[in-house]
Amino acid sequence: MATDQRPLAGTQKTGDGAHRASSPAGVRPAKKAADWRKRLEITILSGPAILVFVGFVIFPVILAAYYGFFRWKGYGPATDFVGWGNYAIIFADNAFHEVLAHNGVILVLSLVIQLPIALVLALLLNQKIKGRSLIRVLIFVPYIISEVIVGVGWGLMLQTNGAVNDLLESIGLGAFQADWLSNPDIAMGSLMLIISWKYIGFAVILFLAGLQGIPEELSEAAAIDGASYWQIQRHITLPLLGPTLRTWAFLSIIGSLQLFDLVFIIWGQYVASTAGVSTMATYMVANGRTSGNFGYGSAVAVVMFLISLVIALTYQRFVLRRDTAGALTERQK
Amino acid sequence: MSAMTSLKPTPAKPTRKMVPRAARGTRERDKWGSPATYFIAFLFIALCLGPVLYIVLGGFRDNSQITSSPAGFPSPCRFDNYFNVLISSSFWQQVGNSAIAAVTTTIGVVVLGLMVSYVLALYHFRGRGAMYSLFAAGLMFPMTVAITPLYILIKDLGLMNSLAGVILPQIAFGLPVTIIILVPFLKAIPDEIEEAASIDGASRLGFFFRMIVPLSVPGVVTTGILAFLASWNSYLLPLFILSNEATYTLPLGVQSFASQYSVDTASVLAFTSLSMIPALIFFTLFERRIVGGLTGAVKG
Repeated sequence: MATDQRPLAGTQKTGDGAHRASSPAGVRPAKKAADWRKRLEITILSGPAILVFVGFVIFPVILAAYYGFFRWKGYGPATDFVGWGNYAIIFADNAFHEVLAHNGVILVLSLVIQLPIALVLALLLNQKIKGRSLIRVLIFVPYIISEVIVGVGWGLMLQTNGAVNDLLESIGLGAFQADWLSNPDIAMGSLMLIISWKYIGFAVILFLAGLQGIPEELSEAAAIDGASYWQIQRHITLPLLGPTLRTWAFLSIIGSLQLFDLVFIIWGQYVASTAGVSTMATYMVANGRTSGNFGYGSAVAVVMFLISLVIALTYQRFVLRRDTAGALTERQK
Repeated sequence: MSAMTSLKPTPAKPTRKMVPRAARGTRERDKWGSPATYFIAFLFIALCLGPVLYIVLGGFRDNSQITSSPAGFPSPCRFDNYFNVLISSSFWQQVGNSAIAAVTTTIGVVVLGLMVSYVLALYHFRGRGAMYSLFAAGLMFPMTVAITPLYILIKDLGLMNSLAGVILPQIAFGLPVTIIILVPFLKAIPDEIEEAASIDGASRLGFFFRMIVPLSVPGVVTTGILAFLASWNSYLLPLFILSNEATYTLPLGVQSFASQYSVDTASVLAFTSLSMIPALIFFTLFERRIVGGLTGAVKG
C-alpha cells in the first residue's frame, strides 16, 4: 500500500497518447467526423453508468433534501411545508443527542481498540513463517460473514442465559457474568466487542498488505547499522505504513458513522435506545420509515449526510491529503 | 460498509527494486516461526472462529442441550435441524433470490463500470475530471444516508417487492468503487497496444471489445467479487424494499427466521450456519482476489 499510491498520479499521461493515436492529424473534415464519433462513443459508453448513478445515488440525496422541508407521510405529493421545522425538532430532540454521542463513542473506540491490536498482530504475522497464508484466511472469516449472521450469532451468545455467561461460569469466572445486551452500562461495551471481532481481521489484512509493500532492504540496512527490532519498527516500518493506517482510519470512521445492521439485528429499534447503543441510522429508521414520517426521516438523512461529509472532508483535507491526491480527486497538475 | 472498503486500489507498476516481499518469497523459504508467534496467532484465530463454531456446532444440538449447557458441544449429535432447513422451500427460495440479486448486481456493476472507466481512462474531453469526481464523490454517499429517499423513489417506480428494486440501487452504489479500481488499471495498459491496434485498423469500440475487455479481466474479477459479496451480505436495502416473504434474500430470511422461531434456538443456529456457507465458499475460492482487491494490491 505504501508504494501503491504513486503510480496513480503518474499514469495521467497515458490518456494523451491514446487520444493522439486515434485522430488522424491533418485532414480537416476527417478530424471533425472523428470528433463526432468520439462524442458518440463517449455517450454510448458512459451514458448508462451516469444514468443509473445519478438516478439512484445523486437524485435520492436531492430528494431527501427536498422532502426534509415537509411534514409528509409518504403518500401523494408533499404539501405540508414546514421549512426548517424538521431540523429544529432533530436538533432539539434528546434522543438525537444521545445517538450522536453513541456514534461518537463508537467512532473513537473503534480506532482506539482496533488500531493497536491489529498493528501488533500484523507486525507479528509479517514474518515468513509456515502456515501464514492459512492464518491470513482464517482471521478474515468474520469480515466475510454478513452482519446479520454476526448479529444473530452474537445476540444468542450474549443472552443472559447464553454461551458467554455459561463459559465464564465453567472456567470459574462466574463473578463476571452479566446482562451483556440489556444492561445499559455494559451494552456499548458488548457492541464494541462485536464490532472489533468483526472488523479487526480487515485491519490486520490491510496492515499486512501495507507492510509487504515496504522494501525489505530498508530494514536490512538499518539492521546492519545496528538498529534493534523495535527501533526498526518505530522509525522505519511505522512511518512507511502511515498511508495504510490513515486510509484504514478513514474507512473505519465512515463505517462507524453509518453503523446500522448490527445494532438493528441485535437490539431492534426500540431496545437499542434504552440499552444505549442506538445510532444515527437506527434513529433515522425508527423515526422515519417505521413511524411513517418520511419528511422527518429525510431530514435526519440529510443531517447524517452532512455530518459524514464534513468529517470525511475534514479528514481528507488534513490527514489524507498526501495519500489520496489522485484517488478521490484527480489531480490536474 | 463493505462497499466502502476498497478505497485504495491501485495498479502498481513496480520497478525491479521495489518488488514487494510477497512476490519475491517462495514457499520453500518459509520457516517455522517462534512458538510465541504461533501461540498468539492461534489465540487470535480461536477468538475469530469461536463464535462461528458456536453457530455451526449449535445447529447439531437440540434445544434441551442448549438450555442445559449453552456453551457445550453436541452430545449426541443431532442432524434434524440442518435437515429441516435443507428441505424447507423458503430457505432455497431465499438462496435463489440472493443469488439472482448478487449475480445481476455483479454483471451490472462490471459492465457499466468497465464501459465508463474506459472512457475516463483513455478518452480526453472537457468535463472528464468532473465526471471522475462525480463518481468518486459517490464513495461519500453510503447507502444508509440515501435509504429513505431511495425507498420513496423505488416505491414511485413501482419496484417495491421486486428484486429489481434492490439490484438497480446496488449497481448504482457499486459503481464508485468499481471505477476507482478500474480507471487506474486501464490507464496502466501501455499506449503501444492501442497504437498498434489503431494501425491495424481497429476502431475505438473494436479496440474496447477486443483489447480492453480481455486485458482488464483481473481488475474486473476483483471488482466483480466485491460487488457480489456486498450484494450477498446486504441487509438495509432489502429490509426497506422487500416486505413480501417470497422475495426475501438470505439476510432477511435469517433475521425473520430468528425472530419467528426465537424459542427454537437450535433451528436458528442451523439456519444461520447454512446461510453463511455460500459466502464462505465464495471467499475460499477467491480468497487471494478478495484480499488483494480490498488491500489495493491489484496487479495486472
